[in-house]
Amino acid sequence: MRQTSYAEALNEALREEMRRDPLVFVLGEDVGRMGGLFKVTQALLEEFGPERVIDTPISEAAIAGAGVGSALVGTRPVIEFQFNDFMTIAMDQIVNHAAKLRYMTNGMVSVPLVIRAPVCGGISLGAQHSQSLESWFVHTPGLKVVMPSTPADAKGLLKSAIRDDNPVLFFEHRLLYAQTGEVPDEEHLVALGVADVKRTGTDLTLVATGRTVSLALRAAEKLSEEGIEVEVIDPRTLKPLDTHLIFQSVRKTNRLLVASDGWSACGYASEVMATVMEHCFFDLDAPIQRVCPKDVPMPVAGPLQKAVMVSEEDIVSNCRRVLAT
Amino acid sequence: MQDDISREDRLDWYRRMCLIRGFEEEIHNLNKAGLVQGTAHLYIGMEAIAVGACSAMNSADLLTSTHRGHGHCIARGLDTGRMMAEILGRVDGYCGGKGGSMHITDVSRGMLGADGIVGGGIPIAVGAALGVRLKGDLSVVLCFFGEGASNQGSFHESLNLAAVRRLAVVFICENNLWALSAPFAEVTAGGSVANRAGAYGIPGEKVDGNDVEAVFKAVNEAAKRARAGLGPSLLECVSYRWEGHSIFTRQEIRPAEEIQQWKQRDPINRYRARLIEAKTAASEVLGQIELQVSEQISKAIQFAKNSSLPDSETAFRNTYA
Ligand SMILES: Cc1ncc(C[n+]2csc(CCOP(=O)(O)OP(=O)(O)O)c2C)c(N)n1
Repeated sequence: MRQTSYAEALNEALREEMRRDPLVFVLGEDVGRMGGLFKVTQALLEEFGPERVIDTPISEAAIAGAGVGSALVGTRPVIEFQFNDFMTIAMDQIVNHAAKLRYMTNGMVSVPLVIRAPVCGGISLGAQHSQSLESWFVHTPGLKVVMPSTPADAKGLLKSAIRDDNPVLFFEHRLLYAQTGEVPDEEHLVALGVADVKRTGTDLTLVATGRTVSLALRAAEKLSEEGIEVEVIDPRTLKPLDTHLIFQSVRKTNRLLVASDGWSACGYASEVMATVMEHCFFDLDAPIQRVCPKDVPMPVAGPLQKAVMVSEEDIVSNCRRVLAT
Repeated sequence: MQDDISREDRLDWYRRMCLIRGFEEEIHNLNKAGLVQGTAHLYIGMEAIAVGACSAMNSADLLTSTHRGHGHCIARGLDTGRMMAEILGRVDGYCGGKGGSMHITDVSRGMLGADGIVGGGIPIAVGAALGVRLKGDLSVVLCFFGEGASNQGSFHESLNLAAVRRLAVVFICENNLWALSAPFAEVTAGGSVANRAGAYGIPGEKVDGNDVEAVFKAVNEAAKRARAGLGPSLLECVSYRWEGHSIFTRQEIRPAEEIQQWKQRDPINRYRARLIEAKTAASEVLGQIELQVSEQISKAIQFAKNSSLPDSETAFRNTYA
């Protein structure tokens, strides 16, 4: 195994899938000449040429729609949005079209489209470049939603997403791109819909997504020094959710905390809480809690941003809260 | 604004262009010192557009800006100290450190806001024009955006809406030839933004964006038209950004010779030479202005540095739902 950055791992996934299937192509702003704002599409233009690595105008609605249309005729577009905040401009094509066409046509068509976008927060880019809007898409039937937290998962999940016959929204995190980790040398696929236990424990189940997984693992280490063993589960695919693994863990630990970079109101953490409540209520020894950013837009100034975002300390203190009852 | 340009106007325009340039240059230093909070998109090279355009505004007029907004703010007379404080994320910044470089706003001067979303400000300008008309005001709205934004649906929808409602908007496209890594010609069908006006039946004109007086004249004409109830216009001011896309940019993608060529068409040097040649002002007088400008910038930086970072508790103010 090699040490690879999250961004490089994604780049490998794209490269391998483009080599494997000539109908896979990349579409987005600055993905060609520049290799992507965060270098995920680096050097793809050189290898695959401008017909398969397309630098688009700044036209998010048309980019998403072009993704839907090209998927309808059987190609496999992989779209990049520079920040998930800009997907708001493309919502019609994603929510009213990509998500609906297979169902509305009674299965006549399918939309094998991947949309990649980083969620952000943490580099003082402010309210329009720091959101984690993944739950908007989880809310909508007809979309698969993926959010890897490690380089290996990023690679394996992106490859599976590209091979999937349905629309997959693939959320990366700006702060994870440079993070390195082991990635297998051989062909590496991670199936959609399969969660991963990132750390085993007996006292508390902590479900975390994206950036908060590494915070959760650090929090778990800290608590371990006090003899508290936290089990950290990364769903990896937010939808469809691997409820089996989560229920199994909750039935073992009898306690649950959920961490997410998305806001709490109708958020991803809330969804996980509700699902566990519905199925594991009598297994729980304490009320479930969630750790989410504060319910305000993201401010720029460092101290404000820090006050709003989920931190390792927030996770530690909320673990204690769940364990206290 | 009157049509004839006085000596005072000219010297003031020169001063404002120098102020924008110096202000932006200092951001590099502050960024190296780790003081800028987040990003900033510098306006160096494009000073003549903001100054020429904002000089055609009356005091009640309005403007919407972009992610590259410092020039518009300075040209509109915003306080450079409070601007710099915002860029450094301080309490005395225009937005108390919540907005940063991309969101500097001063409604008291008709500056409705910079914007982090490409094309996001264009329909807002249209709405502002709709609103002021309903209120019975004669204000004109200047709407700044990059050529990259002219490929957004919001641009086309806004031009159409403004045209059918005959709204008092002057759409000012700042065509600096590159949108991040995208060269204008490769991503813009028809090869012209100004020509797109034709589709909406409104005047469209290409302007030398490195000539402050040319920009002033064009915007002044368009504003007069708008004030007279004749509807919107579209101006394409061609210029160039000298710096990387943002202060985060590590690698320059544009050809070095192209950047060099454009630096030779420096809107400030060019105007300086013209003022001297036309005997509007002697070199010493302009030197005096330059000195004042650098003093003002030093004061702005001092003001910003002296201002404290906001208390974390202010993150939870101005909420309502
Ligand atoms: C909707 C949206 N898409 C993409 C971006 C990322 N982005 C920021 S500035 C920029 C280029 C904008 O080009 P242009 O409008 O010509 O303005 P310039 O930066 O050249 O001044 C891009 C792609 C964004 N902020 N908003």
